[in-house]
Amino acid sequence: MTGSQFWMIWPDNAMLSALILFVIAMPFLYAARKLVHDFFRSVGQAVGGPLRLGARWLFASARDMRERNKVVLIAHGREEVGQLIEREFERIGALVTRDLEGYPALQRKLLEEITKVEEDYKKCGEVPPPPPEWVEAVSAIAKVKSDNNEMVQRILEEIKRSVHTIHDKALGEYRRAYESRHKILNGFMPFWRSLDKTFGQVDKKLTGLQDMSSKIDAQMEKYEQINKKTDKAEHALTVSAFTQFAIATLVLLIAAGGAFINFWLIARPMSEMVGGNVYVGPLRVSEVAALVIILVEATMGLFLMEALRITHLFPVIANLQDSMRRRIMWIALVLLVILAGIEAALALMRDMLTADDQALVQSLAAAQQQAPRADSWLRDIPTGAQMVLGFMLPFALAFVAIPLESFMHSARTVGGVALVMLVRVLAFLLRVLGNLVRQLCRVLTTLYDVTIVIPLLIERMVKTARGGGEAVESRPVKRAA
Amino acid sequence: MTKRLLVVALFGLLAGGSACTDQRSHAQAVYMLVDTSGTYAAEIKKAQVIVNYLLGTLQPGDSLAVARVKTRSFSEKDIIAKATFDNRPSQANAQKRAFREQFDAFVKTVGGSAYTDITGGLIQGAMFLNETGAGKKTILIFSDMQEELDKVTVRDFPIKMNGIRVVAVNVVKLKTDNIDPRKYMGRLEAWQKRVEEAGASEWRVINDIERLDALLSKG
Repeated sequence: MTGSQFWMIWPDNAMLSALILFVIAMPFLYAARKLVHDFFRSVGQAVGGPLRLGARWLFASARDMRERNKVVLIAHGREEVGQLIEREFERIGALVTRDLEGYPALQRKLLEEITKVEEDYKKCGEVPPPPPEWVEAVSAIAKVKSDNNEMVQRILEEIKRSVHTIHDKALGEYRRAYESRHKILNGFMPFWRSLDKTFGQVDKKLTGLQDMSSKIDAQMEKYEQINKKTDKAEHALTVSAFTQFAIATLVLLIAAGGAFINFWLIARPMSEMVGGNVYVGPLRVSEVAALVIILVEATMGLFLMEALRITHLFPVIANLQDSMRRRIMWIALVLLVILAGIEAALALMRDMLTADDQALVQSLAAAQQQAPRADSWLRDIPTGAQMVLGFMLPFALAFVAIPLESFMHSARTVGGVALVMLVRVLAFLLRVLGNLVRQLCRVLTTLYDVTIVIPLLIERMVKTARGGGEAVESRPVKRAA
Repeated sequence: MTKRLLVVALFGLLAGGSACTDQRSHAQAVYMLVDTSGTYAAEIKKAQVIVNYLLGTLQPGDSLAVARVKTRSFSEKDIIAKATFDNRPSQANAQKRAFREQFDAFVKTVGGSAYTDITGGLIQGAMFLNETGAGKKTILIFSDMQEELDKVTVRDFPIKMNGIRVVAVNVVKLKTDNIDPRKYMGRLEAWQKRVEEAGASEWRVINDIERLDALLSKG
């Protein structure tokens, strides 16, 4: 018998041996039923209880964190919108000062022009004198019957000639009068144009003011929502923070790409300055030096943006006196220009080193044919491009401060939301695990009962038999009662 | 690459407070033995290719020495050219050009020797490499690995080559090897055994000089 077969009552028949052992063990299992049930229940409570407790605690923590996040978010949003409103008011103030301070002069000009137009209009109203009263007399004479009377005909002829002369004269006067009125009306045009232009200016300025006031209205509404701490405001601020975070991350990644190119541009020539085979840990000192230069450039850019009050990462700089702030700005700018110059020089050195390496490799590879030499100006293009790149990249890196500020501000909100989500997921998992353990213990209890099903059946039969006997015995008693 | 940049960033931050710079442990030192005995001297042009490859590959701060194997090779006089390249790349390139000229001059004047003392060259090479203090030490043996000593030269004692890689390059087959290849195999196995017993970190044979990139990298 081998070591693994020691339990076999029936040699070489594991099934039968197990069955016999099971049958032997069944009374003991039945006897221990209550104890085992208690044990499973205790285990379920001992494991599931702390898990559920942990889940509850995590849910409560998540709620607290969410509240804290909301407070921070609301405070940040209030500050941001407050600044925006302040800025809009500053703008509107500047607009009012710039445009509307000249309004009295504008009004005077308008009034003068209107008065002039009115005067001219009155002049246009002067009509030519009415036809003379003798027209009626002429009409009466025209009714006189001539009856071929020579004298009458002559008189009428004379009258006709006189009337024609007078008519021509009156028509000429009439035309002259209209011509002069047309001239006056023609003189209106510049005034009308001027009026139209002035009114256009007034309209444009007032529309601008109206736009600004509607912007302020929108911001004020947002501000009120934030002050009321509504869910809508919280949601809007969270979405805004996520958007800012995504944009800032993207821009920072692009900047990291620029820094990476910058790094490789200056790492090799730095070895000419600090040595190519000196190491700090696993890194060459030249690489560390190149990295330090890039970080110093980024820092100078940061100070420059702070001093220009574009970013507000360091309140100390923002709160400095204007003269001191301006001094810091100039210092940062000068250092940045110097570093950019150094980078341009390093880029040139890199090109020279590469050319030297190529020359060496060509001289060593005697079997290889020498590559055809390009024109000198073609060879200069990469050199010039590297130098320009070396000079420009530090300034481009300086603007990293702007997305960095957005990133820092939005990271608090995004990180907070992510943490709350993580804690909730953990709480949910703990709860599920706790329930699983409790249910598992119940299943095990049932399974235990299944294994001792025969003694349980016997127990039920006995109880039924006893119950029947007791019922038969008790029936007459009940009846007697 | 990202990981590397992170490491760079971390060390960049630590660089200000850290003054512990290390120049030698990252450096590489190579000692090349060139067999000039008998008919093998005709292979010297291939040795020139290998030296040129080494000059093109080694970095500032690395060391290179080329020595000849002749009747007795345990001598500094057998070193044809040696240099520890300057830390500045431009200076290192100038040194490499000078080194190449020295070796080219040797190639023009090389003459065959009667015997082949590879062991003596190995001992000399190990001493040179240990003196450099380089982190990676390699001995290249450009030979057919057929050692022939005169009667007075004593080399049958254990040698020490702790932490040194030994690479046998261009181990050509002799006429006798062609008759019985077991001789060639046995010769290489004997050298491997001897080198490993001496504490060498690696033993390698490279016969194809088109695959020189394996010379300085661990297999």
